[in-house]
Amino acid sequence: MNPNFLEFEQPIAELEAKIEELRLVGDDNQLNISEEIERLQEKSTKLTEQIFSNLTAWQVSQLSRHPQRPYTLDYIRLIFSDFDEIHGDRHFADDAAIVGGIARLEGQPVMIIGHQKGRDVKEKVRRNFGMPRPEGYRKALRLMQMAERFKLPILTFIDTPGAYPGVDAEERGQSEAIAFNLAVMSRLQTPIISTVIGEGGSGGALAIGVCDELMMLQYSTYSVISPEGCASILWKSAERAADAAAAMGITAERLQELGFVDALIDEPLGGAHRSPERMADNIRQALGQSLARLQALDTEVLLEQRYQRLMRFGAPEAA
Amino acid sequence: MSSWLTKIVPSIMRSERKDRRTNVPEGLWRKCPKCDSVLYRPELEKHLNVCPKCDHHMRLSARKRLTVFLDADSTQEIAAELEPTDRLKFKDSKKYKDRLAAAQKETQEKDALVVMQGTLNGLPVVACAFEFNFMGGSMGAIVGERFVRAANLALEKQIPFVCFAASGGARMQEALFSLMQMAKTSAALEKLKQAGVPFISVMTDPVFGGVSASLAMLGDLNIAEPNALIGFAGPRVIEQTVREKLPEGFQRSEFLLEHGALDMIVHRHELRAKIGGILRKLTHAPELATEEFLSKETNEETTEALPEPPKDF
Repeated sequence: MNPNFLEFEQPIAELEAKIEELRLVGDDNQLNISEEIERLQEKSTKLTEQIFSNLTAWQVSQLSRHPQRPYTLDYIRLIFSDFDEIHGDRHFADDAAIVGGIARLEGQPVMIIGHQKGRDVKEKVRRNFGMPRPEGYRKALRLMQMAERFKLPILTFIDTPGAYPGVDAEERGQSEAIAFNLAVMSRLQTPIISTVIGEGGSGGALAIGVCDELMMLQYSTYSVISPEGCASILWKSAERAADAAAAMGITAERLQELGFVDALIDEPLGGAHRSPERMADNIRQALGQSLARLQALDTEVLLEQRYQRLMRFGAPEAA
Repeated sequence: MSSWLTKIVPSIMRSERKDRRTNVPEGLWRKCPKCDSVLYRPELEKHLNVCPKCDHHMRLSARKRLTVFLDADSTQEIAAELEPTDRLKFKDSKKYKDRLAAAQKETQEKDALVVMQGTLNGLPVVACAFEFNFMGGSMGAIVGERFVRAANLALEKQIPFVCFAASGGARMQEALFSLMQMAKTSAALEKLKQAGVPFISVMTDPVFGGVSASLAMLGDLNIAEPNALIGFAGPRVIEQTVREKLPEGFQRSEFLLEHGALDMIVHRHELRAKIGGILRKLTHAPELATEEFLSKETNEETTEALPEPPKDF
């Protein structure tokens, strides 16, 4: 099995392997082979389109955690210029599971905050698999308050399995750190745009996700608990994760239907990792549009809209 | 447990062993899960479910909690008309709709939060309490909405807001609707904070997940009852993650106080007087004479002789 492809993508992987083989023997009979390669590539694209036109919630969930999916720092590099990373919560430590700093978006200064996962084993451990501790949330808060002081819009990138469930995190007040961010973000006097780029894992995601506009990449997810966690509690078996994923409605598409998502950002065929550059272009465009909408508003209107947006969630429907 | 008693009170014993369903309605006797003392139920209730022998705080229903906290005959329920709906048509091994119906039948509540307006030693307040027996006190859309309405009422009338939390966290069956209640309730509390309206959060056993990581930790004062389990992640999840044994007393009130997450730990019998005194100071209300502080429920001495518990309980 090709590790770069998920299980449901294996038919595509097989085709791609065939294409690769042909390329290697490509020297003799060049003409015929390149025609054959072209034909197979077309077939591969068609197959990918077909498979991706009808993904289950569980398949989307796997894509959202794809090992090659671009992470926050990848997008910072591809979308922004002049990024200065800012470290630490000024109290305890610098949590590498959350990165942040100031940069420019098409020339305009902005504050960026995002979860960060690691690519190789060492980096994964250093980034704690993208699971922040309280100091991560407190660093985020510090940067957000700084953004408010200097009138910088805040752009957050969400990609976490959740807040870290560990003894040290509990000792330092994981709950309080998350709760405090939720409260303060609801009234920060600067636009906040949150983009879910991978996994939106529960309170650990929301703690940098209270916003004026929520954007989600096509194959990202956002949920109150991981499908595995939900399945092991409600179905008494983590094996039923696919059922849990479907029942909770965690995909960008479903969440847009339910009224949580303001903009859904299309991914390249096969997912963001197939072409991070094109993905970044799409995000840049969406961020620019969203920012233009929000910066046209008076701060008072902005804050009232943000508050009313939150109040709408789950409010009893008017009779 | 193979005596005549098994036949009379089997449900109590089973539920205590598994630490579920604490409010078993029948049966005259109940064993304290901490010290194993056999307790006469009416006596235990008079002590607000605090073991008279070892002071262990057992769970208390939301309605009882608010009734004993607020002045008698001062209470008016808020937002009781709101009922939960199953927006996602959620179904696991059971339908969410059926789980709701079962919880409503068991607790006689429509959802897991009860809100009341009333007075506390004459001081007008809004108070709410989580009903743990309603799906583990989990926070869904109606819990969030009721909480926000309670906060808004306190804001509108400029009177203090008190919340007694007891919750396992977010309600999975409402998925993202449930998660967003964390942001919604926190935003409402932030309005109170900006307006200088006091919010007191009282954490009772247990408070976890989405409730702990939002409204419960946002009090001007965060108070807990003794020995309550409070945390973000549940102990089992943490144990599986870190693969080591958790320290003694981990996530108990006393642990949180030591680590700076709580302002104080207050015995259930003293909550009314303590919170009354705090709120009077924060709102610049005049001091009360000492005898008025004492709550009616806790000051009564038992006069009648208690019956003897059965021997082999």
